[in-house]
Amino acid sequence: MSLLAALSADADLYVAQNVFFAVIAVSMIYSAVRVVTTGNVVHAALWLVVVLAGVAAQFILLGSEFVAVTQVLVYIGAVVVLFLFGVMLTRASLGDDESVGDEKRGMAAVVGVLLFAVMAIALIDSFEDGRLVIETPQSVNAVSDAIFSQYIVAFEAVSVLLLAALIGAIVVARKD
Amino acid sequence: MLLNQFLLLSAVLFCIGVYGVLARKNGVLVLMSIELILNAVNINLVAFGALTDNVAGAVFALFTIAVAAAEVGIGLAIVLLIYRNRRSIDLSEIDLMKG
Repeated sequence: MSLLAALSADADLYVAQNVFFAVIAVSMIYSAVRVVTTGNVVHAALWLVVVLAGVAAQFILLGSEFVAVTQVLVYIGAVVVLFLFGVMLTRASLGDDESVGDEKRGMAAVVGVLLFAVMAIALIDSFEDGRLVIETPQSVNAVSDAIFSQYIVAFEAVSVLLLAALIGAIVVARKD
Repeated sequence: MLLNQFLLLSAVLFCIGVYGVLARKNGVLVLMSIELILNAVNINLVAFGALTDNVAGAVFALFTIAVAAAEVGIGLAIVLLIYRNRRSIDLSEIDLMKG
């Protein structure tokens, strides 16, 4: 009874959010593993869509709806299409990605696991008591105010960077 | 919700991306693995923004998305050029600058 009272008094419990998080996280990790292990490049791009959609769902959970919408528009809408065009234009590789050799793959797996171990220890050590209390979603007003006042210089720099990248991609890929 | 559940999820995604960059030899698949890494970074930024109730996390995540889009455009143009010159995008065959 006291446990129940404590549980209901704990406003940070977020049962539905935690269940949602677990489902999305498991499907994201499975899809991410498929992206880096599947032999077919088109399948890898489609698994990547699942991961990107999962990231957008996590942004919703964290209350950043504008970032989530941008994620869907830019990543799922544009970047994945760009990847599929890249796959189509380099048609020789549409089939299976021939095996890399177990030695290289094993070394890469060792690096990945060690990296995760180091990061997990550091994170658990540092942020054990970090709790997120998300009452209201972040307003788009606040985000746009910040972009167009405090971060205006960075915003302009990113605009110029995108233009330069656009022109650079055309120049690099042009046929002549 | 705990902060660590988001940070550990992003650490897992980051490590899977690192594995993909190291183990794959198809240029397009390496670029996809880089996208996994950048998304892990974005989850971290937004999670810390939610922790401190600050819009800076969301703003920086938006900047990361823009830079990632530019990076994919340039990266695919380079992969296309390599394919056009060598009829292959196998990264292990590209050793022109190897000493």
